[in-house]
Amino acid sequence: MLAEFLQFLFSGITVGSIYAMAALGFTLIYNSSHVINFAQGEFIMLGGMLAVYFTHSGVPLPISLILAIALPAIVGLVMEKVAIEPVKGAEPVTLIIITIGASLVLRGLMQIWLGKGTFSLPAFSGEQPINILGATLMPQSLWVLGVTALVVCCLWYFFTRTLHGKAMLATSYNRVAAELVGINTDGVLLLSFAMSAALGALGGILVAPITLTSYDVGILLGLKGFVGAVLGGLGNGLGAVVGGLLVGVLEAMGAGYISSSYKDAMPFVLILLILFFRPSGLFGGKTTDRV
Amino acid sequence: MNKNSYYGLYFIGAVLLVLPLLLPNSFYLDLVIRMAINAVIVLGLNLLIGFAGQISLGHAGFIGIGAYASAALPSQLGLHPMLALITGAVAAGALAAILARPIFRLKGQYLAMATLGLGIIINVVVRNEAAWTGGPDGMPVPPISFGGFEITGDKHWYAIVASLLCVSIWASINLIDSPFGRALRALHGSEVASKVVGVNVERYKITVFVMSAMFASIMGSITALYIGFVTPNIADFFHSIELVTMVVIGGMGSIYGSVLGAVLLTALPQALATFEGWETVVFGGILMLSMIFMPKGLVPTLAARFGKRD
Repeated sequence: MLAEFLQFLFSGITVGSIYAMAALGFTLIYNSSHVINFAQGEFIMLGGMLAVYFTHSGVPLPISLILAIALPAIVGLVMEKVAIEPVKGAEPVTLIIITIGASLVLRGLMQIWLGKGTFSLPAFSGEQPINILGATLMPQSLWVLGVTALVVCCLWYFFTRTLHGKAMLATSYNRVAAELVGINTDGVLLLSFAMSAALGALGGILVAPITLTSYDVGILLGLKGFVGAVLGGLGNGLGAVVGGLLVGVLEAMGAGYISSSYKDAMPFVLILLILFFRPSGLFGGKTTDRV
Repeated sequence: MNKNSYYGLYFIGAVLLVLPLLLPNSFYLDLVIRMAINAVIVLGLNLLIGFAGQISLGHAGFIGIGAYASAALPSQLGLHPMLALITGAVAAGALAAILARPIFRLKGQYLAMATLGLGIIINVVVRNEAAWTGGPDGMPVPPISFGGFEITGDKHWYAIVASLLCVSIWASINLIDSPFGRALRALHGSEVASKVVGVNVERYKITVFVMSAMFASIMGSITALYIGFVTPNIADFFHSIELVTMVVIGGMGSIYGSVLGAVLLTALPQALATFEGWETVVFGGILMLSMIFMPKGLVPTLAARFGKRD
């Protein structure tokens, strides 16, 4: 009974961490540009697939991982420069279509390059499960949790203690005011794309040994990350982390206790309920609009 | 809107009349039928996106409701296919109405999330309730007949779909020019301002959403009846995205843009079939490029270029 509950909880938190990182990615970009980046899921896919490719071609693991984070970050930069910056100020739907176009391009290219197969990455520190009160925890889950916690701490430090982070926050509060005090808001936008691409890729790498990876894993992972971001109140960093974790845990519980075939619907049922009763998410503030 | 608006309709009507005589084989007739079906759906969606300024990323869900109503109700409950089509439309409309009230208190991005979620839930349900829907493999759709006359084959469906398209264009033009249409456009301009001048914002948004959902459901039924088979792909996320893309590429808030967007994007996969494996990349690339260089969509951009109004 308890063992079963713990088992669902462990797998929920593990997957939830990946959703949390994706949700953070959505939040970073949303805050600096009000763009919902539907290519976020593809960064998760890129991270996992590149890590697999490099390790299989004999590159040592640490270097593979660095490459698998750095390359998606560059893709994010290019995407912002080529596709988002030229249409600044366009309608939200237009921007959504552009990011969807970008996600199709990335997914299509990976499918051509590495094929439609499913790949796995060896776990970072063995496959020996750890037994906790009758439930088993894979060592890779600890990696996922540890790195997620580390990332959250780093981001907290970045936003509260560094000039670049504060510039980013200022831009998210009021773009014009930020420009007036000399903040390079275009640079902030560029940085936010690189950061969220790197975050997504990192998540994709960490989870690849557990859930396997293929060219099309990005779609659902990205959408569930989006659910996490909205759940926590779009634009709220802490909310995104909590939202992502909640989505993961509730999905695992729902799959375990209610119906595993409806697993993929759970996050979306959850978000509809939340939007019914708390329209601006769990941590979202009230917004007002000028005419 | 002036009288010019009708010239496009006459033109499309004339093209639809001669087209069957010019098309070399049934492959092209089938393509035109699918273009016309998409055009009607996109007209409805454009009322929501282009005129009321609301995004739906789950419209394929409503299409799925109509399609599966036409597939499952006649075979499982013995309903007449016409009654099944109406039941589907009413169900889609009712679902949209129930959802609309809480969702339309929200703004842009949240609405996108809610409709996206709804679409995905509908798709998952269709995939899992195999006893009713045939699961992932899909199910056959019994044909529709009236008093012994069975509607079957490309020619019948072409006549039906072509007439539906002309009626929908005519209705959309009139709707946009009515007080209702003006209220919608005001709403897109500024919600608060239109509230101030007495537009019942919430009621208008709900009406448009419900209408476009019913449009989608009816066309879903027609698609299912025409093809004779449904699979869950009709209700998936990518289909929703395709529809939104048709609206945006053609031009938000442009009636003829909707038709052009539907025609182009329905033909595109056929044209891309020669790229063998590169279809997704080229499709995505075209989406990005057309939005980067024509963020307002084809028809409004061209209309501005040649100094004409849509």
